[in-house]
Amino acid sequence: MATVFVVLVGTGMAYLLARKSFKGKEILDILLTLPLVLPPTVIGYYLIILMGRNGLIGSTLYQWTGWSMMFTWYAAVLASFVVSLPLMIKTTRAAIESVDKSLINASYTLGHSELTTAIKVILPLSKKGIIAGTVLAFARAMGEFGATLMVAGNIPGKTNTMPLAIYTSASSGEWSRANLLVLFFTLISGLFIYIANKFSTRVI
Amino acid sequence: MGLSVRIVKKVEGFTLDVEWQIGNELAVLFGHSGSGKSMTLQCIAGLVKPDEGSIRANGDLFFDHGLNVHVPPQKRSFGYVFQDRVLFPHMTVRGNITYGCKGLSRSEIQGRVAEMIGLLHLRGLEDRFPAEISGGQKQRVALARALIGRPEALLLDEPFEALDNPIRLEMRNLLKEIRREFDLPVVLVTHDVLEAYTLADRVIVYSKGRIQRSGSPSEIFRLPADLDVDWL
Repeated sequence: MATVFVVLVGTGMAYLLARKSFKGKEILDILLTLPLVLPPTVIGYYLIILMGRNGLIGSTLYQWTGWSMMFTWYAAVLASFVVSLPLMIKTTRAAIESVDKSLINASYTLGHSELTTAIKVILPLSKKGIIAGTVLAFARAMGEFGATLMVAGNIPGKTNTMPLAIYTSASSGEWSRANLLVLFFTLISGLFIYIANKFSTRVI
Repeated sequence: MGLSVRIVKKVEGFTLDVEWQIGNELAVLFGHSGSGKSMTLQCIAGLVKPDEGSIRANGDLFFDHGLNVHVPPQKRSFGYVFQDRVLFPHMTVRGNITYGCKGLSRSEIQGRVAEMIGLLHLRGLEDRFPAEISGGQKQRVALARALIGRPEALLLDEPFEALDNPIRLEMRNLLKEIRREFDLPVVLVTHDVLEAYTLADRVIVYSKGRIQRSGSPSEIFRLPADLDVDWL
């Protein structure tokens, strides 16, 4: 779920950052990269400030609909989205920037608009980077723990993602369950990295 | 009909300041590398915006500094063939040629693609990818792709430079065939004397961003007025 948004938004942002120059580009780049280095609790805190019942966006949303995103699976999706977006952007941007400029010019001189060029030339040629980014972002989203815990809580069957379930199992002494989950998670993650490597030689 | 160009463009340590007109003929821009030949083509195609001057083709205005006209490259119709790395690696020969054609019905496109494939001797290669064909074949595909949209003019930036000599000879003959088929201005950038001599209707000699001489090939190459042409 989060990955779908990450791919759509991430590819768009990556295109913007790779091909355009505009005011505030540096700042946008920094803002989009920050979740990569900030502790998850800080990200969770920001999300609460923004989306919480008294938050900047959340309060308006609550007033209009009487619904708050906090402690629902939407919040878990949002947390995963924010945390995995930078990985998608970084990988895709590198791929887009490596597309030969003369091919883009060739497309323009053949009378094709920027949009057609992006869809038919630039994106197909950065396909590998986009797939690698998607796989990494998906793996990261799946592994998201801290921010999810803060905004979505740990409600069994509702917002407990796999890392949260592992935390619960371990802290309540259900070792066999924890073992199983951890093993499964490690294998899946390893598989994702393998896939990402297949598509890209430039993995962060 | 024809192409009329006046360009002033300053870049770091270099000024391009040229003016020329050609009809439906083949003009060779001749000179050392770095004399502004390629930049002239980029200005005509709209990839580089000149500081001053104007660019017209067949009566249409594409750039005029005074009138503040600068048509973006996507809306100009010039067939541009670059020196190398020109084909889209993810498309087949047919895909590359078809990409040069837009705004037509499917059957019209198919007809034109078949025509170009025949004209440029590409039959049998339609479904190959650029990595699977030779350098000469690649440039033929690039020519087909540039010509299929019926451009205002054909701009060739040292298109045969990277090819072996026998293939080059073949390409020269092919270019002559193309000119019999399409009546349009052709601008060829080269620093190969033989190429200039055998293909040009007119030679425009560039030197350090300016036009040094221009005239028929025999005028230019038999009576070298100065050392620069002589040396080349």
